[in-house]
Amino acid sequence: MTAALETSGLGKQYGQKWALHDCTLAIPEGKVVGLVGPNGAGKSTLLNLAVGLLAPTSGTIEVLGGRPSDGPSQLGRIGFVAQDTPTYEGMSVAKHLRMGAWLNPHWDSKLAERRIKQLGLDPRQKAGSLSGGQRAQLALVLALAKKPEILILDEPVASLDPLARREFLQTLMEVVAEHGVSVVLSSHLIADLERVCDYLVVLVASHVQLSGDVSALLASHYHLSGPRRDRSTLPANQEVIEESHTDKQSVFMVRTDNPIIDPAWIVKPVTLDDLVLGYMRQAREAEPHRRPDLGVLR
Amino acid sequence: MIRFTSLQFRIQAAIAVGVLVLVAIAVAITGPNLVHLYDTTVANCKAHGDCSYASNALTQSDSFLQSAFGALLLVLPALVGIFWGAPLIAREFEAGTFRLVWTQSVTRMRWLAVKLGIIGLTSMAVAGLATLMVSWWFSPIDKVTKVQFASFDERGIVVIGYALFAFAFGVAAGLLIRRTVPAMFAALVAFIGARLAVTYWVRPHLLAPVKAAMPLHIVFGTSIEQGSSTGLSFFEPVNIPNAWIYSNEVVNNSGHAPTAQFLQSACHSALSGPASGAVQGVPTPNQNAQTAFAECFANVAAKFHQLVIYQPASRYWAFQWYETAIFFGLAVIVAGFSFWWVRRRLV
Repeated sequence: MTAALETSGLGKQYGQKWALHDCTLAIPEGKVVGLVGPNGAGKSTLLNLAVGLLAPTSGTIEVLGGRPSDGPSQLGRIGFVAQDTPTYEGMSVAKHLRMGAWLNPHWDSKLAERRIKQLGLDPRQKAGSLSGGQRAQLALVLALAKKPEILILDEPVASLDPLARREFLQTLMEVVAEHGVSVVLSSHLIADLERVCDYLVVLVASHVQLSGDVSALLASHYHLSGPRRDRSTLPANQEVIEESHTDKQSVFMVRTDNPIIDPAWIVKPVTLDDLVLGYMRQAREAEPHRRPDLGVLR
Repeated sequence: MIRFTSLQFRIQAAIAVGVLVLVAIAVAITGPNLVHLYDTTVANCKAHGDCSYASNALTQSDSFLQSAFGALLLVLPALVGIFWGAPLIAREFEAGTFRLVWTQSVTRMRWLAVKLGIIGLTSMAVAGLATLMVSWWFSPIDKVTKVQFASFDERGIVVIGYALFAFAFGVAAGLLIRRTVPAMFAALVAFIGARLAVTYWVRPHLLAPVKAAMPLHIVFGTSIEQGSSTGLSFFEPVNIPNAWIYSNEVVNNSGHAPTAQFLQSACHSALSGPASGAVQGVPTPNQNAQTAFAECFANVAAKFHQLVIYQPASRYWAFQWYETAIFFGLAVIVAGFSFWWVRRRLV
């Protein structure tokens, strides 16, 4: 199976600063992938590299086995919704659809028109007068009607209010169900991802801290709380992701493929939130110097 | 891509068409009158003996339109660069829409090629139509004034070259600066700079000028002049219709102008005569003054001749083609740079 997105030693440098440095990851096809990480982790840079808007300074990147920006056919395989969902202010919704039809050989105009109708958008309305949520929806329709093999969305809901955010993600889920398209969606809001993603990649300072199927990840992580004890006393097959201690009590988040059998523990499942924050904290503690000034966001 | 470019360019194109239509209306209404005026007055003025009157009447008619049309052709290329060139890519950057349009199934090289091609050709067409109409409108006046090189950059085909260059440079400026208003400003400054540089440093050297040595004649304007700083000098007017005069001097065989001492002695009687100061070869009722000047002139003409360095009228179109080619070449270089930048650097 080809990877939806595969990078090796990928880096992008602006002047002296690396927006993304030595990033190696592989995202499988056919999933709805949530790409999370703190601001400045390189998410946006990674996705812009994936669609060919940027070229790598070092390393390689492949999307669906092809080099980004390698001619019109590769461009046609990717539907991209950029950060802040840009559209042409002075152009009407209908003209945006016409643009899509003219610039994409596999354009599905029936699909586009149906979606616009479902959204209740007036085709004659100028994109500049749409609400943020409507604009994001329009951008999604444009990306979708290209009939891409993969949808790449760069923080599509970051600037939307909660209701618009929910509606957008609702549409996205419908789309995935209907067309079975691969999706890579970046966000720093974990709650967004929980609703739509079945695969998670946590990116901190260009490095993958965690990746895997959401259900498998949730099933292999546990919160353990019980009497105070040192992490070294835990079984070898339990990897400690996070720990906190009081005088009498210890709380661990551990990763293990085996059941927890120690009766001293109160075992609780973890949420996606716990998981992401736990791994982000772990990364920060491991290499505190790497985090801060990589934050060149485009 | 062609259809999409047309869609986005419609409003700007409509404004250009509007301007051209206004010019066409003004030309259609007033142009035939100028032609008629020329045919009925200047063309047969010799028979009536009122040539200077007829010429003046023609050159002074429609003076507002004369200034307006001249100004239009001077600024039209700059406007093309500012309003069509500079925003072309800069606005995509400002609005972030480059992320939308460059991720459709069209490579950005093709995007740029179509944009540059369509709008560049339109720029040339607009400039071409404007210069065609205005040059025709001016033709009766130009036939009378006979100073075609003075309005060199407001007529003919150079305007087309200017427009294409201004457009290409505006695009490149927007690509590098990424913000519309500063790019517009850069486009304007660069256009003015390029025009001035070519006008003053390149155009005079495109063809070696003709040097003509001619004996002196007493004509209207031949005079001894008393300059406040230069002292006495001898002036002989030059009359080569439609030529571009670089210099006009009265010199001897070794290339020196007559000295003040020489003129003082050669023209003693003329200078001390009743008409002191400027003494001219103008027929006056004063017989003595005329005789005195004729004597002075004969003394000067014996040793000095007139040396005129100039470009003859016949070279006008050669200059037009050369300068147009220069600006076309510059436009191609700048556009090539834009392609290179979009492909290699803008990533």
